Order: sequence, then C-alpha cells, then structure tokens
Amino acid sequence: MADITIRAVRKSYGKTATLHGIDLAFASGEFVVILGPSGCGKSTLLRMIAGLEDITGGEIEINGRVVNALEPRERGCAMVFQNYALYPHMTVADNIGYALKVAGVPKAERRTRIAETARIVGLGDYLERKPAALSGGQRQRVAMARAIIREPGVFLFDEPLSNLDATLRVTMRAEIRKLHQRLSATSVFVTHDQVEAMTLADKLVVMNKGHVEQVGQPLDIYHRPASTFVASFIGAPPMNLIDCSIDATDAVARHEHLAIPVPAAISAALGGRAVTLGIRPEECRVLPVGQGLPARVDFVEELGSGRIVHVAFGSRIFAAAIPADIRVVPGDLIGLALPEAQLHVFHRETGKRIDVTHSTGRLGRHQGQDAAPQAAEAV
Amino acid sequence: MIQRTPYADAFTYGLMALGFLLLIGPFAVIVAGASQTVQQVNAVPFNFLPQNQLIANMTAAWTRADLGTAMLNSFIMATLVTFGKVALSALTAFSIVFFRTPLKHFFFWIVFITLMLPLEVRVVPTYAVAADLFEPIRLLIAWVTGITVSIEWNLLNSYAGLTLPLVATATGTFLYRQFFLTLPDELAEAARMDGSGPVRFFIDMLLPLSRTNMLALTTIMFVYGWNQYLWPLLMITDPAYKTTMMSLVSLLPAENGTPDWNVTLAGSLIIMLPPLLVVAVLQRWFVRGLVASEK
Amino acid sequence: MDKRAVFRSWWLPTAFALPQLALIALFFYWPAVAVVRWAFTLEPPFGGSAEFVGLANFREVFADPLYWNSVLVSLTFALAGTLSTIFIGLVLALAVDRQLPGSGAVRFLYILPYAIAGPAAGMAFRFILSPERGLMASVNAVLPDFWNPAKYGSHALILVIVVFAWKWAGYTFIFLLAGLQSVPKSLTEAAAMDGSGPIRRAIDIQIPLLAPTLFFLTVIMMTEGFVGPDTYGIVARTTDGGPNHGTDVMVYRIVEEAFRGLNYSGASAQSIVLIGLIMIFTFIQFRFIERRVHYK
Repeated sequence: MADITIRAVRKSYGKTATLHGIDLAFASGEFVVILGPSGCGKSTLLRMIAGLEDITGGEIEINGRVVNALEPRERGCAMVFQNYALYPHMTVADNIGYALKVAGVPKAERRTRIAETARIVGLGDYLERKPAALSGGQRQRVAMARAIIREPGVFLFDEPLSNLDATLRVTMRAEIRKLHQRLSATSVFVTHDQVEAMTLADKLVVMNKGHVEQVGQPLDIYHRPASTFVASFIGAPPMNLIDCSIDATDAVARHEHLAIPVPAAISAALGGRAVTLGIRPEECRVLPVGQGLPARVDFVEELGSGRIVHVAFGSRIFAAAIPADIRVVPGDLIGLALPEAQLHVFHRETGKRIDVTHSTGRLGRHQGQDAAPQAAEAV
Repeated sequence: MIQRTPYADAFTYGLMALGFLLLIGPFAVIVAGASQTVQQVNAVPFNFLPQNQLIANMTAAWTRADLGTAMLNSFIMATLVTFGKVALSALTAFSIVFFRTPLKHFFFWIVFITLMLPLEVRVVPTYAVAADLFEPIRLLIAWVTGITVSIEWNLLNSYAGLTLPLVATATGTFLYRQFFLTLPDELAEAARMDGSGPVRFFIDMLLPLSRTNMLALTTIMFVYGWNQYLWPLLMITDPAYKTTMMSLVSLLPAENGTPDWNVTLAGSLIIMLPPLLVVAVLQRWFVRGLVASEK
Repeated sequence: MDKRAVFRSWWLPTAFALPQLALIALFFYWPAVAVVRWAFTLEPPFGGSAEFVGLANFREVFADPLYWNSVLVSLTFALAGTLSTIFIGLVLALAVDRQLPGSGAVRFLYILPYAIAGPAAGMAFRFILSPERGLMASVNAVLPDFWNPAKYGSHALILVIVVFAWKWAGYTFIFLLAGLQSVPKSLTEAAAMDGSGPIRRAIDIQIPLLAPTLFFLTVIMMTEGFVGPDTYGIVARTTDGGPNHGTDVMVYRIVEEAFRGLNYSGASAQSIVLIGLIMIFTFIQFRFIERRVHYK
C-alpha cells in the first residue's frame, strides 16, 4: 500500500523535452491507468516512478518519501514489462524467486513463497520450465508472479497486454483487475488501448505530447472530455468533430450550408464565436430523408449487434451507430439528428472543452490543469 | 518449391565438385605426399595415392623439429590466449555497453583504434616493450616524481610474452558487445527492479546468457592463437619455448641434402591438425563466431 | 546503436575495462607513439640521442625504388587475392545455397582451409606447386621452365596469391552464404513464380541483394591482403620475399628492414604510410557500410 505524488515532474533528453511538468496524485490502493498515444511520455513517466529514468525536474514521492535519488530496489515498486523481460536462462521458479535471492532470503523460505505465488497466478505446474517453453499467456503470468512475490507497495505495468492475442488480452485484463482487488497495492498501468483503460481504471489519466490532458473516473472522462484530443481518443469509433460558428441570433451552429440546432444557452453565451462541436456516434440518430440534417451514406460497417454508418455530412464524414433493424446502403440519402443535449463544445483554437451552464448561460472553461488531481468530482 | 531444373542442377554439382578439387585437393596432396617414401614423393608425375609411410614420416618429423615441445607450447599459448580473451573482453564489453557514462565511448574508441595498428606496423617498438615491460612506467614515474627507479620485467622467452599482447586485441570485445546489444533493455531493467546491482547482473545474467558466444569465441581464438607466426618468432629465442609455427623452418629439407619432402609434409600435417580439428568438430560455433564478430 | 544503458557508475566500468585497456596501452599505444617518434627522428649509428629530422625519413623511403616495388607487389597481391577469394566464395556460396542433396557436406569441407595458418599452408604449397616435384613438375617436363617460382618473381607472386586464395576463399564463402541465406525466401519464390530459372535468379535477385556483403568483404580482404598477419606469414614461409623482391609485400619489407636491416626509422616511416592506408580502409568501411567494422 502506497500513495504516489508527482509534482511538476519534467523530463528532457538533451534539449528535447518529453514531459512538461506533470502533477498527479494517486491514492493508496487505487488502480490508475495512464492512457495516451505512443510517444506521449506515458512510459517515461512510469519508468521515472520505477527509478529507471532520471527525473530532470520536479519530485516524485512514494508513501511520503521523495524517491528522486533512490535506486529502483529502494522504492518498493515492482514492474511488469511489455515484453515481460523474463530471464531466458532461468526456470520459472528461479525467475519468480530472483528478487528474493538477491535480497538474501533463505532458500527454504524462498521455495515456499515461490510455490505460493505461482499458485496465485496458476503456474504451479510449470515451475521447472524455461520461459522459452511457455505460451504467451504463461509468460505474462510469470512476469506478474515475479512482481507479486516481492509484495510491493506499487505495481507498475508497462503495456503488459499488448503482446497477447485478442482473446487472451481480455482474459488477462480481468485477471489483473482481480489480482489488484486481492493484493490491494497501488497499481499504475500504462496503455494506449482505450478499452483496457476504460475497463481497468479507478482513475484514468489521459496524456498527450508530454502533458496531462485530463484526469478523472473513466465514465466522467467519457461523458465530459476536457479537450478534442480526449474526445477523439476515448470511445470507438471516436467522437465526431465539426468546426462551426455559433449563430448570434438563431440557436444554431453553422458549418457551410448546414445549420445544426444547439441549445439556446450555447448561442446566448457563445454567439458569433468559432467553435468545434462534438457528438459521439452512439448519440447520432439516423432518420428518413427529409427529417433532421441532410446526409448521404458513404459506407456501412456491420458489427452484428448493430452497425456503424459513415455518412457524408457537409464536407465531413460522420460515424453513427445505429441499431440492427435500420437498413441503409451506400448512396442512400438520410436525415441525421444530433440531439442538442449530447453536443460537446470545444474552443476552436485550443481544443479545450467549453461548458455552458444551462440555467444562467454563463461561460465556464474546463482545462487540463484545473482538471488535475481534484477534478474527479466533475458532475 | 517444386522445380525441375536438371541442367542447372548438373551445373551446380559441377561447380561444387570444382570447389572441392580446389579447396580440398591440396589436403589430399599433403596426405599423399606425407605417406610416401623420399623416392615416391619426388616422382614425376606425382602419385596421388597415399602409401604406408605416414607414421614413419610423422615420427621422423616429430624428432627432427622437436614437435613434442612445440606442440605443447603452441597448445599452452593458444589456451592462454583463448582464456585471457574470453575473460577480459567480456569485462570490457560489459563496461562499454551497460553503463551510462561518457567513459564508455572513450573505452570503445580505445579498443576500436587498435584495429588500425596491426602488429606488423609496430613490430619493433612492441618488441621493445616486451623486452622491457616497465619502461613506460619508469618513464612515467621519472616524469612525475623525478625519481629514477629500476624495476624491470622482461617478457622475452616466456608464456606471458607470447600471450599478453595477443589478449589485448579487439575481436572478442566486439563479439561480446554485439551480443550484449541484442539483449533487450528490459532484461537489465527487470534485474534492477529485482534489486540486482551491476556486478550481480553480470554474474547472474550476462555470463550464463553468453555461453554460446563464449564457445564461439573460444573456437576462433584457439585457432587464432595456434596460428600466430610473427610474434612468437620475435619473442622466443630459447628452443624450450618455441611454437609449432617456428618449427616449420626446421622441417624444410636441407638446402643441399635429401629432398625428403615426405617428412616435411608429414610434419606440417601434424601442425595443421589441432586447428583443423577444432574447426571441423566445432564448425557450428566457429562459423557463428566469425560471422558475429564481423558485424 | 546505443543501448538504454542502465547502470550508473564511473569507477565500476573503469575497473572492469582496466585489464584490457592497460594491455592495449602497453602493447598498442606506447609502441604506436614510438613508431611516430622514430619516423621523424634518426638514431646516430654510434649511440647518442635521436635527432629530429622532419620528413627526411619519408623522403628517403619514397626515393627508394625498392619501396615502390613493394607498394606495387602489395597492390597486386591484395587486388588479386581479393578478387579471387570473393569470386570463388561467391560461386560456391550460390551453388551451396541451392541446397541440393550433398551441399551440406561440401559446405562443411569448404571451410576447412581457413583453419590452416598462412605459413603452414605456404610451406605445403612450396611442395604442391614446386617446379621439380608435386603437381607442376609434369608440366615443366613438357614445357621446360613453364613454371618456376624459385626463378621468376611473377611466378612466385602467383604462388603466394594462390596460397592466400586457398586459405581465404572459405572465409568469403561463409559470409556470402550467410548473406544469401538472409535473402528472404519469398523473394526467390516470387522470381520463380515470374518464371525465372535458378541461374537467372542468382544474377537478377541474389547477387544484387548481396551487394553490401560483397562490398564489406572487398574492404576486409583488401585490408587483409595489405596488412593481414597471414600475408606476412605466407610470404615469409613460401618465398621469403623473393626471388629478386618479386614478392616483397609492404609488411614483409617493414619487418625485414627493422629486424634484418636495423633501419628503425625507415621501417617506422613505412609503417606510418601503411597505418594511413588502413585508416582509409576503415573509414570507407564506416562511411559506406553502416557500422559494420572489421574486428581483428
């Protein structure tokens, strides 16, 4: 059990900065997922917590102790690597027990703890095998056992599921989550897969280009993305975004010849402003031609449970998730309805979310920095 | 791939047979000559069939060139070079690859530049160093402190003199370096997370993982050590330390004596045998060592 | 290629590298400094300290026709040696790479000559290609003096090149075969689908893809031919640089000048020239074949 505080942490290699001042706080026992595209600095941040990378600026505190100058072994963290990094010349038992051996734990105690840990991850029958003789999922388990046996305060996971096939990934995802509940250590899990992030996280951190874009509970982030980046990164297919200008007199947002109805509060607060409107495909509705806004079906993806229609909407392609009983074919003219309540408004230049309080029409900004640690309670 | 290419196949076999003649033919001539009498070996045209004199000729060569001593010395020399190299270059490569210090580039270049300084071009001063190993140190002490000391260590006619300069070369270092670079970064990081320091990592991880590379290096270094020619020639004047390559001269027929090339060939066959066996028996490792150290 | 080097310490790597670095300093750098010092100084014949003479030693070396003879001999030796080893290695590698039954065995055999030391091979070839016995005597019986390396410098040069080629063909073979085997099988299969036969494929697909290996081997073999330890050993034990300086390659001349002629300054000046040559080869290698280096 350990809490982690990250204060103004920066990282640069020579002149190129990869992390520009990160502030985060993880509570003890929390499952934190850091999500972002490759190159956003999420792995670097994780490796800095582990002690594998130098901290260029700022402080990392684990359990109230600043660990900047501590060796990895002194930090009480265990890590599961993307490629597992099993020691190829050692048996499963030796792999799991290596940390104890280094720490000088007597052989007999080591053996019982190895057996106990192997049982937890379901590897009891494989202790004498070499990693090369294991399947991908089994290797993954060895890597986890190697972390568990040290009874660490913090578990660090660096994209541990990305080398597994799709089915196994779902199974292991559930197992990691169960393991977390059982061990109640703080877990920090880095991934670029938003499904993994949504399913695993107590607290989700979305990163982009060395900045924290948003912190919060997964559902809050899904429903109230703080920026166009978060909006398009979370959810599949991604949120539809369209550049509009808000009409000052009518309650519509205009994009070329289209006039998209918006809540009156928005046009009152933002009249004349250039914004980016967003709406999730799940919220778009397809109507018979003549109703809603005119659109033409471009192509259709079958999902079985439903389908995704991609429609030409002005000069944009919008995705809309529709139930299986509505049939459309490419070339069909349809009507598209964008429910006003589901519209998200973003600042055109900065991409930041703009919240308009419906009752008063007052303008509020929702920004990344404000969203940091305490923003999780967003309505 | 199903292909019927009878002409190309015949041509290919023709080429392979030609290669066999060119590359293995000389061995056949050596063996045939080494097993013949003086008259037979000098006969024109040459008789390619081996005769029954092989053991007799080998015995004659063995006494004539004192091959017992020479074989033992060559064996000791090759073994020492091999072990020295397998050990020292592992250490150097480790320090070049696994540390975050500007020194590692410096070390790399120090080793790298030795490739441009083959023995033949620095032969006299290298000999001078071996004859008076502490000269540089004496000069250094005299230069720093102004005190003239007289410590001396002469490496001439010693196993140390035969092997030390050869141990210093770059081959092994780069072979290990090449291998270390192929190991995933996460391996060392995982070991670090498990609490292991650099020395522990070297002993617990790198050494066991390097086993096949060590074997490959052992084969090429043994052959390298055995086949040294110029350096032993300079280092050794005492017949007790002479190596096989040096005894080649005494195997030659005397200028105006009997042209007993059968004995000469039998002797050179003995000298060729150990490295030939190493390459034949351990060819897989030998080839791997060659190819890996050249990357 | 740099690793995410993981351990932080300056004294530990220094301690680890120290044994080898100390040996290198003693047996490589200290002598190299001496070579440079000698190249620019002259030791008076009857003792006394060396005198700085600038480029005089170089001028003397360059004025000597025998020096230019050795340059020409070395060049011929290295070029002929390189071309013949690579040609033989390439042909054999292409043949073996077809993996017809039996190619495993010849592959094993082709490598064997590389195990033999240059001087030992040289001595055996003194017999095998002797004018009076061995293989060439029958030819000489019909055409007297057709082949006599003891008499003609050009014949002697051919002899040492043959010894060199015999030993090193197996070496180029190993690399070319490894190169061929790393050509993706799908490429030759695609060419076969396009209807090209084995020889056509060798010329159109395999040899062009071998270009980097061929280039790399050219540099390696040129270096080997100019300064390889085998070159010295082969010449010393086959022809002794003769007859009439016909096989007096540069390394042989340097060692002879130094130990027989006791002309350290002249030998050092020649060494400097040769080191310059090696540096050029190494530079070419570094410049054109990314990071593939000849490690010896």
